[in-house]
Amino acid sequence: MTVTLAAGQPEVDRRARGARATWALLVLLGFAALAALGSGASGVSLGAVLLGIWSGEGLDARTQLVLFEIRLPRLAVGMLVGAALAVSGALMQGLFRNPLADPGLVGVGAGSGLGAVVAIVLGGLLPFQTPWLVPVAAFAGGWCATLILYRVATRQGRTSVAMLLLAGIALAALAGAITGILIYLADDNELRDLTFWSMGSLAGSNWDKAVLGLPFILPVLLFAPLLGGGLNALSLGEAAARHIGHPVERIKLLSVLGVAAAVGAATAIAGGIGFVGIVVPHLLRLATGTDHTRLLPNAAILGAALLVGADTLARLVVAPAELPIGIITAILGAPVFLWILLRQAPLAEA
Amino acid sequence: MIRRAGAVSLAFALMAQAVLADPSRVLVIGGTAAEIVAALGQSGRLVARDATTTFPPELMALPDVGYMRALSPEGVLSTAPDLILAEAGAGPVEAVEVIKASGIPYVTVPENFGPDAVAEKIKVVGAALGQSDAAATLAAKVETGLAEARAKAAEVPAKKRVLFVLTLQGGRVTVGGDDTAAEAIIELAGGVNAAEGVSGYKTMTDEAILAAAPDVILMMERAGAMAAKPEDLKVNPALAATPAGQAGTIVQMDGLKLLGFGPRTPEAAQDLRRALYGA
Repeated sequence: MTVTLAAGQPEVDRRARGARATWALLVLLGFAALAALGSGASGVSLGAVLLGIWSGEGLDARTQLVLFEIRLPRLAVGMLVGAALAVSGALMQGLFRNPLADPGLVGVGAGSGLGAVVAIVLGGLLPFQTPWLVPVAAFAGGWCATLILYRVATRQGRTSVAMLLLAGIALAALAGAITGILIYLADDNELRDLTFWSMGSLAGSNWDKAVLGLPFILPVLLFAPLLGGGLNALSLGEAAARHIGHPVERIKLLSVLGVAAAVGAATAIAGGIGFVGIVVPHLLRLATGTDHTRLLPNAAILGAALLVGADTLARLVVAPAELPIGIITAILGAPVFLWILLRQAPLAEA
Repeated sequence: MIRRAGAVSLAFALMAQAVLADPSRVLVIGGTAAEIVAALGQSGRLVARDATTTFPPELMALPDVGYMRALSPEGVLSTAPDLILAEAGAGPVEAVEVIKASGIPYVTVPENFGPDAVAEKIKVVGAALGQSDAAATLAAKVETGLAEARAKAAEVPAKKRVLFVLTLQGGRVTVGGDDTAAEAIIELAGGVNAAEGVSGYKTMTDEAILAAAPDVILMMERAGAMAAKPEDLKVNPALAATPAGQAGTIVQMDGLKLLGFGPRTPEAAQDLRRALYGA
């Protein structure tokens, strides 16, 4: 009796903490979203917007354009991309049982990078021109790379995580080499496009991109927490998880496909944005423990809030110009990450 | 030729109609376009510029909307322009779409370096600013300067081989090959592009540099920390072994003036010719 209590108490504690964290993170996301909608170089503020609606005067055309065609789609894309990257990071870290794992390990990054480079460099040869070419090629590239990798790593119905890792390195090297050849062929305009694509930005966000990303990212965000129990069991080791009755192979397949869909779409609409996938799950694990059923939804919310917040800063710091968002995520995230690591160090030793 | 000129002036007329009669808050995107605005004496109408605008220096005091290929739509709109003069390379596409959707007149200035390119750019900018007469005068002046440069270039008895080095990053030499503004200005100054057979701005191997045997190395004066410095040439063994490296003949010029193909191009060609041949 006493034993059960002693074992049960911290578990209840952590669950309660995870649930409280979810509410706290939702409030944080709300603030980040309001800040993103209410600030920007043009000086259109939420107060003025509310006043315009309240007094029945309506909004002038320019305010409407700024709010509904610039800030709102950008907020939507930022939330989708941030959540997709953070959840994918958490999934990969659970699957590989390694806190340093990131979506790059299953070839999505290399594949979508190659797709984008092919589209930018060889797109001019096509008989028609469309702004959709780069996002679609990036998505297809990421998806193809992941499927190839999954096939290579799967023997007789079993996927070897170690094989996934090693083959992923080989595939990334190959994709990198082909990318290098294409970069050599590129002219200077294409090179500049490539540089900006690889830095990642939400500057080109519009409703089309939000709509392109939504069907791939939202299902992953909603269904990833269902994999949480399985990922928790996987942390005991594959054999143990199988013995407790978890469909280990299916969990692996769904995690990999989920990451390919979410990261492929995120990369397609915003280019390569680093750091979110590593830092967000880490912060949450340190704060609320490693239970994946909580970690995955919390990661989605914190990832969205972090990226939206970082983007708001990126738009404001050097207005009317803007900074590449990767700079902001690293400047914001890295010190916080280090601080938490340092705070944890005495505990780890104790 | 005459028919083409007619079509072009018709296009200008149409463009001028789309634009406000007398725009007073102009946002300029692109260093050459900004130079033209200033050369037409209209820089007082500018409210903002992009990061590539560096000449004349007083324009640097204007608010900067960022690099022309990475524009922020809200940043551009926040400068409240009543005319946007943007070079053809402005982007990203999505940002330009939103900016155009705002209804602010948006005029694209061509971005090339062919024989008539400078005059065309000047006429587009002039029409957009309601300064077609001044633009025609300026364009004629530039054309005269260019014709003079071409004539002098043709007189050069023994043409020197010039290698335009864009960067020396990591010991790799990036040069300006065929169909680049660098080649165009080298030819206008009476030189021969040593990097023939290379297309665009490319990395050149050490052996190809030796084979190109440039008499002169041409570089941009300023492009931040990535700019090539004369002492770097000595570090690269292939460059150091070329006739230019042996004699230490390095010419450095302001990048926008050298490659911008704007009102200062005749002067740039003259400067470069003097640097090459001393006359």
